[in-house]
Amino acid sequence: MTEGQHLQIILRLGDDALVLGQRLSAWCGHGPVLEEDIALSNTALDLIGQARNFYTLAAAREDQGRDEDQLAFFRTDKEFQNHLLLEQPNGHFGDTIVRQFFFSAFALERCAFLSRQLVDAEVAGIAAKAVKELQYHWEHAAQWIVRLGDGTTESHEKVQASIDHLWSYTGEFFNADEVDAAGAEAGLLPNLAVMRKAWNARVEACLAQATLTCPEDGWMQRGGKQGIHSEHLSYMLAEMQVLPRTYPDATW
Amino acid sequence: MVTVAQRIERVWTMVRTVHDPELPYLTVEEMGMVRGVTMRDNQIVVSLTPTYSGCPATDVISEDVENAVRSVEPEAQVEVVLSPAWTTDWILPSAYEKMREHGIAPPEGQSADRAFLTGQGKVIPCPFCKSKDTSMVSAFGSTACKALFKCNACLEPFEHFKCI
Repeated sequence: MTEGQHLQIILRLGDDALVLGQRLSAWCGHGPVLEEDIALSNTALDLIGQARNFYTLAAAREDQGRDEDQLAFFRTDKEFQNHLLLEQPNGHFGDTIVRQFFFSAFALERCAFLSRQLVDAEVAGIAAKAVKELQYHWEHAAQWIVRLGDGTTESHEKVQASIDHLWSYTGEFFNADEVDAAGAEAGLLPNLAVMRKAWNARVEACLAQATLTCPEDGWMQRGGKQGIHSEHLSYMLAEMQVLPRTYPDATW
Repeated sequence: MVTVAQRIERVWTMVRTVHDPELPYLTVEEMGMVRGVTMRDNQIVVSLTPTYSGCPATDVISEDVENAVRSVEPEAQVEVVLSPAWTTDWILPSAYEKMREHGIAPPEGQSADRAFLTGQGKVIPCPFCKSKDTSMVSAFGSTACKALFKCNACLEPFEHFKCI
């Protein structure tokens, strides 16, 4: 693992957390019930906090005079290396929950590994904090999957459609590129083939309980980790970045 | 001549005056957020550990601690330490009764127990009427560190400080 790859791994962890955190924050004030509004906003807050920790670490390591804000607000869409699933629009509540369900199952497994590895103590520290938060996110999403899947005919049909639609974005989690391979080789990142088994077991058990069908793999989307995104990310970043880009010296 | 131990004690005295902005009846020391006050390269360093990654109070707390200690140590630095991760086990016993007085059910037991994480399989007594007949409304509350509960006996809603 080169120094550049090591840095890229930390940035990717930050990008995943920031993009999903930004998406979820758009639910604030729009949740179907007050408790859900609070839950999704809390989840967003946790993720943005995790992103800040990873970006602050990445900025210190690259030592280019950038800080967390510059990494969040002054990089272009092609410089973001988050998984494509996370930038997908919020859609309806079921879409948001399915996105959260797929990601939390992955993030929880990944983060547990990161908190235990001995290659990078600072990453382990951030992960040890994050893993406790991700456990809550997973529980929350999994409980909703069961409630919606095993709920009314309408809720079942809608959430099954969300699952079928978003499934093609889950393959990317386990599609190791050079950076993933180097990270796994060095012991910083988990082996993605092993992760896939753990993820499948988690997801399938919950879907079965929810009386939902786990789709077959078909064409699986990829490219996010290489900076090739769906069009949705650019619009999201435009909204997220407009203020600091317009007034770069603004402080509050 | 003031000794290093005296300087550190003086800083501790000031650190103890800082309160958590979201739980103003508790100090940051009672919250278990102060990891230590040390002397490093002839400079006093106060180490703080945030409760949650995204807790918006963390920045304010760092500033408050910095302002408080600089009245006695103008060069003092505040650093944020993420590892080991903060746990509710670090909350001082004195904080528990204060939480109850303010209508918040304190964390129950050791955070390591998986059952406490989601508030399931564990009785959280109502901080108002002490009834054990309570239920969780939502695992997420008004701040990152709290969950929403209701008491089935006195019907009052209350918050529970989550165990992490």
